[in-house]
Amino acid sequence: MTLWWIGSIVLLIVILPVVAYLLNGVLQAARSIPATVDGIASVAAAGSRDLDAAALLLTTQEQATQTIAEVASYGGSLDVILDDDDGG
Amino acid sequence: MLVTGVVAPAVVMIVAVVLIVGALVYYLVSTILELRKIAAGLDLVIAGVSEIVAKSAPVNDVVNTINEQLDAGVDALEGLLVKKAGMRDAMGLVDGLYPGAAAAGLRNFPESTDVDSPRIGETYTRGTLQLARLGREAPIAAASPGGGVLRNVEGGSLAARSLYPEVRQTRPKNLPNSPVIGSGAPVQYEQRDDIGAPRKRPPRRP
Repeated sequence: MTLWWIGSIVLLIVILPVVAYLLNGVLQAARSIPATVDGIASVAAAGSRDLDAAALLLTTQEQATQTIAEVASYGGSLDVILDDDDGG
Repeated sequence: MLVTGVVAPAVVMIVAVVLIVGALVYYLVSTILELRKIAAGLDLVIAGVSEIVAKSAPVNDVVNTINEQLDAGVDALEGLLVKKAGMRDAMGLVDGLYPGAAAAGLRNFPESTDVDSPRIGETYTRGTLQLARLGREAPIAAASPGGGVLRNVEGGSLAARSLYPEVRQTRPKNLPNSPVIGSGAPVQYEQRDDIGAPRKRPPRRP
């Protein structure tokens, strides 16, 4: 009978607070995650918007190719027009 | 009495168990709800990251292609410069346009770092220097002996146009009409008889 009393009181005074404390820690940790996830989601969305101009790189690539072609053509003409260095 | 003595600790234990189960239910249900919020947030994150991955996928290839093109251009221009101006003058021109760049040398000519590059003012005429300054915006102006850059970046070609004595650059409302010549011209001139005739000479002195 005495052990039963001791067991009940231990269950009520020790086990219950410990269980409540641990579960509360888990809950608080879980509650802190959504704000962080929302922050990550907004950053990811902003990063995605920043990359909208990445498609223009194709235009840049095309224009760089055309520019280099023009430079090569110009250089070819200069190569014909100008005399080579005589080494002096 | 015995029944009361047995029931009392049992009631206390039942109450304790009920409280523990209640705490478990409350906290676990709350945790499940938070985990659902997290899952929904992670779905948004995954969508955003997927967009980033999709948009940045071609960047590597495009940038590599652009770099290859620019490398080819640099190779060609370096070769042309050295071929036409010679290594020493080429380094002088490079150092004149980009002060200090001669120390780094040309990429395809490792020996260019050993060249004692001349000052651009000693090697090239003032006209050449001004042409170089016209073709660039700021860096040459800082190092050139003539002061500021000649090219008006904002004005662009309009500034260069003002160098020419031409009426159109002033943008008048009406330009003078072109002269009408021929038989339909408003002003007709009769052909002078003396044109083409032998030149009259004064009489000789006796």
